[in-house]
Amino acid sequence: MSTPATTGGKGGVQLPYTLSFEKRVEDIPKWLPVATALGSVVLAFLIAGIILGLIGGEPLKAGTFFFNATFGSWAVFSDTLVKATPLIMIGLGLIVAFKMKLWNIGAEGQFYIGAFAASLVVLVPLVPEGSPKVVVIGAMMIMGLIGGAIWGFVPGYLKGRFQVNEIITSLMLNFVAISWNNFWIFNTWSDAGFQMTPTFDHSAWLPRVTDYARPYGEFIETSTSPLVGFLRSIGLERISGMTLHLGVFFGLLAAVIVWWILARSRWGYEIKLIGDNPQAARYAGINIVRNIVLVMMFSGALAGLAGMSEITGVVHRLQERISPGYGFTGIIVAFLAKMHPFNVILVSILFGALIVAGRELQPSGLSLMLQGIILFIVVSSDILLRYRIRLLRTVKAGT
Amino acid sequence: MDPIIILHAGLATGTILLFASIGEIFTERAGILNLGVEGMMLMGAMAGFSISLATNAWWLGLVVAILSGGILGLVHAVVTIHFQAEQVISGLALTFLGTGLALALGTGLTGQTPPLVPSFDIPGLALIPIIGPIFFEDHSLLVYVGYVFTPLAWYYINKTRPGMHLRAIGEKPEAADTMGISVYRLRYFYVFVGGCLAGLAGATISLSISPGWFSTLTTNGVGWIAIGLVIFAQWDPVRAAIGGYLFGAIRRGILDLQGPPTLFGLTNPLFINANFIFFLQMAPFILTIIALIWGSQAAARKRIGAPAALGIPYIRGERGL
Repeated sequence: MSTPATTGGKGGVQLPYTLSFEKRVEDIPKWLPVATALGSVVLAFLIAGIILGLIGGEPLKAGTFFFNATFGSWAVFSDTLVKATPLIMIGLGLIVAFKMKLWNIGAEGQFYIGAFAASLVVLVPLVPEGSPKVVVIGAMMIMGLIGGAIWGFVPGYLKGRFQVNEIITSLMLNFVAISWNNFWIFNTWSDAGFQMTPTFDHSAWLPRVTDYARPYGEFIETSTSPLVGFLRSIGLERISGMTLHLGVFFGLLAAVIVWWILARSRWGYEIKLIGDNPQAARYAGINIVRNIVLVMMFSGALAGLAGMSEITGVVHRLQERISPGYGFTGIIVAFLAKMHPFNVILVSILFGALIVAGRELQPSGLSLMLQGIILFIVVSSDILLRYRIRLLRTVKAGT
Repeated sequence: MDPIIILHAGLATGTILLFASIGEIFTERAGILNLGVEGMMLMGAMAGFSISLATNAWWLGLVVAILSGGILGLVHAVVTIHFQAEQVISGLALTFLGTGLALALGTGLTGQTPPLVPSFDIPGLALIPIIGPIFFEDHSLLVYVGYVFTPLAWYYINKTRPGMHLRAIGEKPEAADTMGISVYRLRYFYVFVGGCLAGLAGATISLSISPGWFSTLTTNGVGWIAIGLVIFAQWDPVRAAIGGYLFGAIRRGILDLQGPPTLFGLTNPLFINANFIFFLQMAPFILTIIALIWGSQAAARKRIGAPAALGIPYIRGERGL
C-alpha cells in the first residue's frame, strides 16, 4: 500500500508530498487514544481562547484565572473535586450505556429524581427519626439508586418494547423531572415558603473533610509526625472549609465496579457485543430488549446516586438548582475518557474545574461553548483511530 | 378557553416548530442526523434579535439569523461527513456550542425592543367565517410564509428531481453515487438548509411570536420537541406542519386552563393549588413522548420509517451498509 501517489499536472504549484488516508488494518497503538484525548483538550482550549479573543474577551487573563480558581490552592482544589464527584458517577453510568450505543441523554433527569427519592428518606420519613447515620445514609443511597433506575427504566422500556428513540424520550424526561421536583419543593416540603426543603438533620449529611477541622485542626497544625509534616509542606495546612465529601468515594468505588463489569464480566461482554454488532448478539441468543432496559436502569441508577451524593454532601436539602448541567457534561466526560472507567476520574476533575471556573468566567456561556468545542474535537478525533495519515511522495504522472 | 383563540395561537407557535422540523426533515432525509437544532435555534434567535436591534431592520435580522443557523450547521456537517464522527454526539456538541455561543454573544440583550416582524390580516380571506379569524387574521408574516413553505417543501421532496436525489442519498447513498449524484456535496447542502431553517425558527421566536431575548428560556426545549416531531411526522413536511400546529394549540389550551375557576363543571385544580402549574409545565414534554410512541408504532405498522442510511456515514469505496 505504498505506491507513490501521482498527481495529474494541470499547471500550478505541485507539492512534493501529499496526505493519504488509509484505513488501519493493524491494532491501534496504545498511546493513541490518550494522545488524541489530551490533544483534543489542548486544541479546544486554544480555539476557545481564539474565539474569546475575537469576541472581545482576554484569553490569557481568563486562562490564568481558570488555573488559579481551580487548582491554585488546596481549598479550591477541594471545590474542584466536589464538582467532579457527580461527574464521575454520571460519566461511569453513561459509559455503560454508550458502549451499547444507547444514547442516554436523560442523566440530568435521573440525577434529579435520584435526589428526590433520597430526600424521601428524610422528608417522609422512611426510616425512624433518630436512626444512626449509617442507616440514614445507607437508605438514601438505596433510594437514590432506585429513583435513578426508575427514571432510566422509562426510556429503556419504550425503546425496547416500542423502538422509540431513547435520545428524545430521555431528554424530555429531564424537563419532566425538574418540574416534578419543583412541585414538591415549592409545595409540600417547602421551608417556610422558600424554594427549598428544610435543611436535613445531621444524620443525613455525608461526612466532609471540613467536619474534621474542629477535632483535628490543631493536630494538623502542630503535629510533628512526618506524614503530617509532609502534608503541611505541600500546602495542606488547614482543612476547615474544605467541602470535599464522602461522595467522591462512591465515585471511586463505582469506577472499580464499572471497570469490572465491562472488562471482566459476562454482562459486560454482552453489552459490548450488542453495541458493536447487534446482529451477532442476536444470533448468539443474547436478549437485546432485556439488556436495553437493564443498562438504562443501571445508567440511571448511577446518575441517581450522584443526585443523592450532591444533596447529602453539598447542600444538605432538596432545592431547585442542584445541577449545573452535570447530566450533559457527563456525556462529554464519557467521550473524552474514551469510554474507560478509570480515565473518567481524571476527566471529571478537568470538567469539575471547568464548572468551578465557569461560575465566574465572563461572558456566561463560555464554559458551555468550551465543552461543545471539546466534544466536537474529541468526536472528530475518532477518525484518527480508524485511519492512518501518511505522507506520500508524489511523482509526476507518466514517469 | 375560546377555541378560536387556541387554534390561532396554535398556528403561531406551530410555525416555529414547522420551520425547525422541516429543516431537520431535509437534513435527515439526506441521511444526516442533526441533534443540534436547539443550539442553532437559540443562535438564530439571538442573531436575529441583535441584528434587528443594531440595524433597525427586522428583515436583516431574519437574514442573519438564517445564515448563522446554517453556518453552525456546517460545523456539524464537516465533523459528520468529512470526519465521519458519530452523528448523535456531534449533534449534541453542536447544541452545547450553539447554546454557549448564543449566551456569550447575547449578554446585554435582555429587555431590549428591536423592530419585530410585522403582523397583519390577509384582506378578504380574513372575512371567511371561522376559518378567517383563525388562519388569516392578525398573524405574523412568518406564519403566512409557513403556509406556503410547507406544501412547497412537500412538493420539492416528493415531486421534483432534486427531491428524488435527496431521498436517494438518504436511503441508499451508494446507489446514488453510482448514478453520479454527489453524496457529500448534497449532504453538506441539506445540513446547511436544515441549519438555516432552524435559525429561522429561532428568529421566529425572538422577533415575532414571543419577542424578546430570555437567554436559554427563549427556546426552552422547543428544538428538541421539533426533532421529536420529525419522527412523529414520519419525515413528511405536511405532517410536521400539522403536528406543529396541533402541538401549539394544545400548549395554548393548557395555558388557558389556568384561567377559569371551573373546568367542565369541576373546580379547576389550579385554583385549589397554584403549584399544580408544574404539572402543566411537564405537559409539552410528556406530549412529545406520547407522540413519539404513537409515531414509532405507526411507522412500524406501515413498515416505513427513518431514511435507511440515516446516521451512517457514507464512505466511498466501502460496500454494503
